[in-house]
Amino acid sequence: MKKNLKLIGNPVPRHDALAKAKGEQLYSDDWVMPNMLYGKVLRSKYPAAILRGIDTSKAEALPGVHAVLTAKDVPHNEDISKFGQMRDVGGGFEGLYKVLATGKIRSKSEAIALVAAETEELCEEACKLIEVDYEPTEGVYDPREALKDGAYLVSSEDASNRIMRSKIECGDIDAAWAQCDAIVEGDYFTTPHEHAYIETEGGMGWLDENGVITLRVGVQVLEHYRTVAKIMGLQHTKVRNMSVPMGGGFGGKEDITVETYLALLVTKTRRPVKMIWSREESLETHAKRHPEYLHYKTGATKDGKILAQEVSIVMDGGSYTYLTPWVQMYSTYAAAGPYNTPNVSIVSESAFTNNTFSSANRGFGGPQVNFAHERQMDKLAQKLGLSPVELRRRNLMHNGDPLPTGFIPQGHNALPELLEKVDKALNASPKPERLPDGRKVGRSIACAHTVYGRLTFMHDSSRVSIRLELDGSVTLRAGVPDLGGGQASSLCQIVAEELGLDITDVHPYIMDTHLTPLSGTTTATRQLYMSGNAALKCAGVMKGRLMETASGILGYPVSNLAMGDHKIYLVNDPAVNIPFVKAVANLSNDGGELETITQFNAPFTEVPDLSNIKGQLNPDLTYTCHGVEVAVDEETGEFEILRIIAAIDAGKMINKNSCEGQVEGGAIYHVFWPTHEDLKWEKGITRANSFSTYIMPTAADVPDVETIILESGGGLGPYGAKGVGEPSDNSIAPAVVNAIRDAIGTDLNLNLMPVTPEKILNAIRGVDMEH
Amino acid sequence: MSKHTINLTVNGKRRTLDVQSNELLIDVLRDRLYLTGTKYGCGIAECGACTVLHGDRSVMSCLVPAVAADGWEITTSEGLAKDGELTPVQESFVNLGAIQCGFCTPGMVVTSTALLRENPDPDEAYVKDYLRGNFCRCTGYVAIVQAVLDAAGKMKGAAAT
Repeated sequence: MKKNLKLIGNPVPRHDALAKAKGEQLYSDDWVMPNMLYGKVLRSKYPAAILRGIDTSKAEALPGVHAVLTAKDVPHNEDISKFGQMRDVGGGFEGLYKVLATGKIRSKSEAIALVAAETEELCEEACKLIEVDYEPTEGVYDPREALKDGAYLVSSEDASNRIMRSKIECGDIDAAWAQCDAIVEGDYFTTPHEHAYIETEGGMGWLDENGVITLRVGVQVLEHYRTVAKIMGLQHTKVRNMSVPMGGGFGGKEDITVETYLALLVTKTRRPVKMIWSREESLETHAKRHPEYLHYKTGATKDGKILAQEVSIVMDGGSYTYLTPWVQMYSTYAAAGPYNTPNVSIVSESAFTNNTFSSANRGFGGPQVNFAHERQMDKLAQKLGLSPVELRRRNLMHNGDPLPTGFIPQGHNALPELLEKVDKALNASPKPERLPDGRKVGRSIACAHTVYGRLTFMHDSSRVSIRLELDGSVTLRAGVPDLGGGQASSLCQIVAEELGLDITDVHPYIMDTHLTPLSGTTTATRQLYMSGNAALKCAGVMKGRLMETASGILGYPVSNLAMGDHKIYLVNDPAVNIPFVKAVANLSNDGGELETITQFNAPFTEVPDLSNIKGQLNPDLTYTCHGVEVAVDEETGEFEILRIIAAIDAGKMINKNSCEGQVEGGAIYHVFWPTHEDLKWEKGITRANSFSTYIMPTAADVPDVETIILESGGGLGPYGAKGVGEPSDNSIAPAVVNAIRDAIGTDLNLNLMPVTPEKILNAIRGVDMEH
Repeated sequence: MSKHTINLTVNGKRRTLDVQSNELLIDVLRDRLYLTGTKYGCGIAECGACTVLHGDRSVMSCLVPAVAADGWEITTSEGLAKDGELTPVQESFVNLGAIQCGFCTPGMVVTSTALLRENPDPDEAYVKDYLRGNFCRCTGYVAIVQAVLDAAGKMKGAAAT
């Protein structure tokens, strides 16, 4: 499908950019209502305890307090967690979602009680007056300990701490080792990673005049309204989220945040309630990227052909299941890396602990294994006496090569090209041994393959509708939660392209559970792929109707007509045309349908056998390659990132600005993860619960990201686009650490995150801090 | 808790307000004047989302007691564009894709405005250092820094003609 695209690929300003620049965009915290109350959650004092009783009488007696709720006040306090699925998957993939605490307290983020009061100060006061009878228990904070026989049991509901075990195998791993000339083995640990969106969780709710629980909460998953309805014992039609744009999501607003709490408080008080989490509450409470304990054993022949990859992964699921099984599928699927490996064994286990629960974070299980397998590659290259780039070059998967599950990815694999481009850019000039100031220089390149689109056995679908307005403008409706990636604007761009309009002619109305078609979750790098295809299909239907109408007026067959510049015209003689708006008027006069909704379905597969996963798990993959140059101060162990080269095959850019923004932002989102971004968990307590203790990059800390964006056209999205949101952050973390390794010349202390200056300094001095 | 009467000029309008001694400027702006462009991100001046202009200087409104702002001339993100016309900084942010989720944007735009009033001809290192107090988690800062430099260029060009 080669055609002249007028809008696709342009760096057009998004529909919401003006309002955001002027400070006029309204977010969850920007709404107030008459007679509004404030809501607050009382969190557990201990990460592990038995909840023996709660006395709320003093809190309830406080003037200005209108509700104090505990588990007994929740109509259905327990449910099975769902994540916008259109299909019940079961089979160990869905865990318990508990609204308020009962029995065993599983973490400090556990919600004990809810309060609604006239002011936020009164809410805090009331929380202090709630008397909770805890029996503190020892708890377990390391998933490897949690999986042992006789370990402390995290929950009152399960007989074991194990959440899930899964396995992927191919070839004969045991026989393969004998054929390997070089084997490297390593233990790795990846830290919990915080999303740190600048907007904390929050929103408001009220009962509308018909008793519908109505929410204004920015979320990545609109479909949680179904869970809220189930908790409240209501029909799905009686809970509505008129959602608002998020001030960042990155996976952290993929799970339910305040929706259920607001529904309960609103129902109890019959008044509007607003709840906004403080930064401290946000950092301590919401999900983190799964900490993973990984063991890798990689073997290759002396000419650098990888023969065997054996991986075991233990994931810290924290206090509740949430998305752990899904994340685990991604980790397991990607663990062998984007390399042809005939013999593979990957075993993963996840466990409950008394830490804050783990769930989605941009990359969704990919970055943890990527860190480990890319560290392995550099160690293997060293052992074989090959350059790390050469080792990768000899082993990268090409088009037609299968993954360890046997599935051959359908989209284009540009990794071989990406690797060469990054190598050329990073090593355009020879690497200096040192900078003039004496610091040692290191360079490294890492590769990744990251899925886009949800797991295919979830049977994902998306819907988009468009309506032709009588003045020739177009209303686009989609239940697309916009977390800042420009998801909705890209849909407008697609529809405008197809109908020959300007992007300003198409306006999006988005993310209302009951007034916009459900487009599925803004997760899994799926919106452009799924809703973009739905929008393309929808525009095609409308285009067909308008072309038929124009054909009737102009007297030429549809096949001779084209759309563009607000006209429908004769291809061979554009002077013969009718304005777009005239075609709309005629369609309307003739009783034609001016509005349509279309659905796009992803490929569907069956639920895999977890003991031996085979075949397709995701629609397609996006390929990335990052190059990093660092300078390390041997006196202090401090390092500075001098260059970041971020390369990706985007398939096709829809909005150039948005696409580059993802690639740049993704790199910086992850660049400090292996070294600085440490929540300092200590036995279930988050020590780094502020932005002065949780260290993220500022503008002054990072270089400009040099982007290399290929457009192979080989994606499954509209116009051959691939998803870029999550892939953009994969493969930079190992590049950073491997560049440090390249500078200091040792692998000591670089395997367990966080790789701090202290660890680097000790590595330089030959002091092993990891064993 | 004692009450105090304060006089402020906010976005060119004179305001007289009775405030509590523990009330913060961010709350006065957001909850009393409905200027919600000033964002809460951390409450302890670590993220920069609540940045406003005090005269030509940028301050984080979450740590300013309202009583301390008595007599101040404050400009919030909503007060920068005159008659709906974007400032060069806002325009560059829009055109260069420096806005994603937009939550840090008001603070970024305000801080960048203060920067260019202080130094109309900054280089890249100056811009990066000046924006140290404003976190953005979406963009990786590339487009933001470019936007500030782009705005500086436009403003210099306009001043020269």
